[in-house]
This record gives sequence, C-alpha cells and structure tokens, in this order.
Amino acid sequence: MLSKRLVVCLDVRGGKLAKSIKFAGTKDIGDPVTKARQYYEDGVDELVFYDITASREDRDIMIEFVEKVASQIFIPFSVGGGIRSVKDATNLRSAGAEKVNVNTAAVNRPALITEIADAIGSQSAVLSMDVRRVSPTREIPSGYEIVVNGGLTPTGIDALGWAKQGEALGAGELVINSIDADGTKAGYELKLTRMIADAVGIPVIASGGAGKPGHLYDVLTEGHADAALVASIVHYGEYTCRQLKEYLNGHGIKIRMSY
Amino acid sequence: MITIIDYNAGNIRSVQRACAEVGAAARITSDPAAVAGAEKLIFPGVGAAPSAMAFLKKTGLDKALTGAFRSGIPVLGICLGTQIVLESSEEGDQPCLGLVPGRTVRFRPKDKALKIPHMGWNEVRVVKPHPLLDGIKAGDEFYFVHSYYPQPADKKYVYAVADYGGDVCCALGYKNLFAVQFHPEKSGRLGLEMLERFVRWEGKQDAQ
Repeated sequence: MLSKRLVVCLDVRGGKLAKSIKFAGTKDIGDPVTKARQYYEDGVDELVFYDITASREDRDIMIEFVEKVASQIFIPFSVGGGIRSVKDATNLRSAGAEKVNVNTAAVNRPALITEIADAIGSQSAVLSMDVRRVSPTREIPSGYEIVVNGGLTPTGIDALGWAKQGEALGAGELVINSIDADGTKAGYELKLTRMIADAVGIPVIASGGAGKPGHLYDVLTEGHADAALVASIVHYGEYTCRQLKEYLNGHGIKIRMSY
Repeated sequence: MITIIDYNAGNIRSVQRACAEVGAAARITSDPAAVAGAEKLIFPGVGAAPSAMAFLKKTGLDKALTGAFRSGIPVLGICLGTQIVLESSEEGDQPCLGLVPGRTVRFRPKDKALKIPHMGWNEVRVVKPHPLLDGIKAGDEFYFVHSYYPQPADKKYVYAVADYGGDVCCALGYKNLFAVQFHPEKSGRLGLEMLERFVRWEGKQDAQ
C-alpha cells in the first residue's frame, strides 16, 4: 500500500523564501534551498515550490533555482506559479522538477492541462486550485468557488466541477487550497477536501490551515486526502517534519518513517 | 566512471545528480560507442516502451547495450529501463531487449480504489539477498511512478517485491544486471545508499 505523504510548501519570491498570510502580504524567511535541504533530511516526502511573483523576468531565476534544488534534494518536488505554456512546464521538468503545478493559467485556458499532461505525463501534471467558501447558487452548487490571482479574483466556477474537469483533462494530482483556512492554523477544510477526494480518482493534496499535528491526522483520515501540505508550522520551527510524521505514525497513519 | 544511457526517455539528469551526491562521476551519453565501451552502465528512463524501443533501435543503442551487458559489466536498470530489459512489454505489445527472460505487464488491481499509476512511497520487501539490497530493512520505502511492472519468467530472478493490490516484482537480478522499478534517485537516503552500493558492485551476485 502507498503511504500517505507529508508535503512542505515553500513560497519563493525572487529566489527567497516567503510566507504569505491569507494571501495578503508576505515576509521573507530565509534561503529556500537551505530550508528545503533541511526538510529533506528531516523526512519530508515531497516539496512544492511556488514562485509567488511569477513575473516574466523571474522565469530564468526560477529555472536556475530549480536546478539548484534538484542537486540538493533527492525526493520528488513540484514547482508552480506562472506556468502558462507547455514550454514553461518542460523547462521546469528538464531542470529537475518531478511535477509542475498549474493554477490560474489552467482556469484561463483549461486545454493547458491536457497539453502539459501530453508533454510530460499525467503523473507530472498537477492542478492546483484556490478555493473559497460561498453560499451555494445554481452556478456554484457545491458552495465552493474557484478564485485566482493569488486569491483575489472570484471566477464563478464551482470547485467540485473544476476538480472533476481537471481530472478529465489529464491532471494526475490535485492540490486543494482553502483560502478560508489558509494562515488560520485552525485546521484544514475537511468538508471541501473530502468532497473532492471522493469525487476524483487521482490523489488529492490538502492545503491551508495546518496548525498542529492533529490537523494533519484529521485531513488524512476524515478528509480522505492522500497528502497533507504544511508551510508555516515548519518554517517557523513550531514542529519539525519528523515530529509531524512521528505523530501520524503513532496514530496509525501509514507514512514513510525510513529516512 | 558510470555511463548513463540517454535515450530520450525522461529526465535522466536526476540520476546523474544522485550519482554526484554519492561521489560517483557519471556521464550521460547517447553514443552507442560510449555505451559499448562503458565500465558500468545505468539504464534509466521514464515513458512508454514503444517509443523508447524505437529510439534505441534507430540509434543502435539497443545493440550497444546488449553487447555491454553480455561483456559482463555491471548494469543497473531503473523504471522504464527495467521494463525494457525483459523480452516484451504489454505496453503497445512491444518486443523489448530480451536481456532477461520474462515480460512487462500492466497493473490490473481488483480493488478499484487503487489508482494507476502506482505513484508515491511504498515499502520494498527484500525476498532474496543481493549485494545491491544490503541493509534494506522491513518498512523501508522507496519512490515509485509506474503503470506497468516487470514479471521475470522465473521467480529466482525476483529479489524484492512491493505490495500494490498484491505483491509485484520491484527488483530483479540476472547475472551482472540488477534492475529496479522504483526510483533510487528520488528515494532519499535509502535510494542514494543503493546507488552507492552500485558504485562498488562488480556485477557478481552473492553465492547462494
């Protein structure tokens, strides 16, 4: 049986590690390559790097950055932020990223998911989505709406429908990020995560809201997620990856302890 | 010097970087002469068997690799490389290199909750000792990404299995060739240690 995964997300801006709070404002908290290596040695199962500036001029910096990471980290990692074309995706893949994440660009042009899956394989094409709770409407029956541009712009797209469409278009994995839970440390959005995990046949990574080890346990059990993504609780040293995994392992979650 | 065969099948620089991490010099080449003259070969790869075989044939790398294997040098297969050393693959009903008796077959899990590809961390259970598996303990996990798996013709070539809807072969050994379905270059410390053992390996299996 496959293990559940602990995923650490590092937001990168101009080659620096940053942490955003509720999508409003960021602060620099160190060198992402050093941090990534530290998490790698501490047993993280996978890393995600988001290029949060995602501006054109930073593309080359990001490629260099990915190459640096790939020479330090010997576990899978994915890269997202500003990927708009198959060329962006293949460049990142060649630089050493195992997977690439698309978000806003896929909302703007869903065929991008298929193109990337065809070019580098479904298993490497990850669809990341930022989701906000809303009152259910005819357009958004699930009561969860996709938002883009770092959480600023509502799209009128139903999150559940988008998740299923993403799978049909060739995404091999989904990252479900709750804007409501992000930065709160009050726990993951279990209802949202479970609703989507139950509706698709591809792995789901839950994101947003981790504040303590029990939150990871909840989303991997009750939330039906395959992986739990954390950021600030490890970036600020509240918990180490090892502590989180020991807690999960101790509570009966199958997770890699051999590292 | 390790020679890594580049046959247009996936990102093989990660294998070179992992070799560098364990202090082994490795060159990447798609030149059949370099492969034929190699001291030690890694045959990696991610992708589909039909296009990989077409590329190997077109470039003459198929003959170079076969010749190198027959000369007795240590060869390590990884993922698609492992599948292609068998006689055929169910993927596109493709005849393969036939260095090892057996074939590559597709996952057909009865449990529909098991997703294909088999992607993520799973336990590698050693069923027969091999110098490259030394030190792997119960519960040790490696990273997998695949939809097909190797099925050697004789169980005696199976050295380790992984459970995904039943045990499947994830490490096979045949003479001076050892081949794994998982990715040692993406499996953290345990994977690097395996590459380190390959660096030291002279191509002999333990006397049984």
